[in-house]
Amino acid sequence: MLRIEGLDLFYGDAQALSGVSLTVPQGGITAIIGANGAGKTSLIRAIAGMERPRRGTIVFDGRDITGWDSHRICDLGLGQVAEGRQIFPSMTVADNLELGAMIPRGRAAAAATLNRVWEIFPRLLERRGQTAGTLSGGEQQMLAIGRCLMGQPRLIMFDEPSLGLSPAMVQEVFAVIRRLHDEGLTIVLVEQNVALSLGMADHACVLENGRVAMEGGGGELLGDDRVREAYLGL
Amino acid sequence: MSIDLANQIVTGILTGLVYSLMALGLSVIFGVVRVVNFAHGEMTALAMYAAWALATWLDLDPLLGMPLIALVMFGCGYLLQRGLIDSFIAKPEHMQFILLVSLAIIMVNGSLLAFGPDAHGVQVSYGFDTYEMGPLLVDKVRLLAAAASLAFSLALMVFFRRSKTGKAIRACADNLVGARVIGLDVRRLYAVTFGIGTACVGAAGALLSMLIDVMPPTGPELTLLAFIIVIVGGLGSMTGALLGGVLIGVSEVLAGYFLMPSMKSMFSFAILIVVLVARPQGLLGGRK
Repeated sequence: MLRIEGLDLFYGDAQALSGVSLTVPQGGITAIIGANGAGKTSLIRAIAGMERPRRGTIVFDGRDITGWDSHRICDLGLGQVAEGRQIFPSMTVADNLELGAMIPRGRAAAAATLNRVWEIFPRLLERRGQTAGTLSGGEQQMLAIGRCLMGQPRLIMFDEPSLGLSPAMVQEVFAVIRRLHDEGLTIVLVEQNVALSLGMADHACVLENGRVAMEGGGGELLGDDRVREAYLGL
Repeated sequence: MSIDLANQIVTGILTGLVYSLMALGLSVIFGVVRVVNFAHGEMTALAMYAAWALATWLDLDPLLGMPLIALVMFGCGYLLQRGLIDSFIAKPEHMQFILLVSLAIIMVNGSLLAFGPDAHGVQVSYGFDTYEMGPLLVDKVRLLAAAASLAFSLALMVFFRRSKTGKAIRACADNLVGARVIGLDVRRLYAVTFGIGTACVGAAGALLSMLIDVMPPTGPELTLLAFIIVIVGGLGSMTGALLGGVLIGVSEVLAGYFLMPSMKSMFSFAILIVVLVARPQGLLGGRK
């Protein structure tokens, strides 16, 4: 569904990604793991059109989207739950969700999708009039996911969805990700919680210094000695 | 308090409301696009010339010309942002400064070429009418200008609170990364915002043409005035711009009443200094 080939990304002179190739099959969960600064977030941002890669191609659903503006990529159904949640803190929960449906593909079904979001996250319904910045970290993460769903994505890239959340909240967020996957969405998961993400991934890759160091099935990498040593401390 | 002083204060409030609308444009542009429009007063002066031209050649009342001028100025602002300023957004601030100051200089000298150094003002047929409100005497022109100005400002606030585009623009100001994450077309929204800012200027300029004369140096004076108002009220705050405008309007007439009219800038700058010392974020400025 998503194919990346030979991606090079630079910030000034610093190279963030070099020759990254990756294929995300439709309907699966693809995990991307790696240490801080390995290029995980850069990869997500490049795919989403928020950074311009110097070389390489990104093909989504058979369409070459390399160099497209982020709003056009979003409108193809390539959604993103970004690192740090990136909600609109001084606006209400309801306004945040409404804004998620501003892209053309989200508009028609906005009312129905909103009901679906309320159903997945009843807590957001309770707090719909509240300013988003006053929500707890877990609620903000739910809002970020709900807002992304409002744009009718077919593929969602999650960047560190468990960061800063309590263990109970992490379980809740991952249950939602599994549910979305079961409902047919394609998932790309960048996660510091390596055991959790490899455990649920069909397919995974390890980024090291901006390169793909390893690739394989989620369970396969979870059993790999190098991965266990470097990322699980076993 | 003497009746004369009360009359002066009312005059100050009414004039101040028109200043507010002009300053609102500056505040909106800065609050969202994060570009300081150093050509703000010059744009206002252009709108005043436009109102004068429409009144002189087509006999069009500035109150009726206002929506037209605001609309044209919206288009100019949109295209200016899209075609020119947008490519400077990511550049260092001093480059934006040079760009906008050069635009300002072009506008001042362009108006000197086109209209000459003389003062131009619009005289409407009801220019000397007044309303008696209890003991107060209120100029009809000033009252109408203030009412139109307030209506425009309130409409703008409702637009930002209620409309989809308004919310999307607020979202860009609230969290730019978040806006791009959900696929908002930030470049277009910035152009719309700049257009709204210049539309404020267009409307305010049309109304001001009935209250004060315009000549080439009026532009820089109004830029300064808009800056004082916005800084006093709080950068990026819409209600702050309204309050700041009224405050400065009143201070100007009080300066004229107690000292002499040419001292009015001294009063505005004194308020600016007091606010900068006591409350640097402005009277209604946010926490940021």
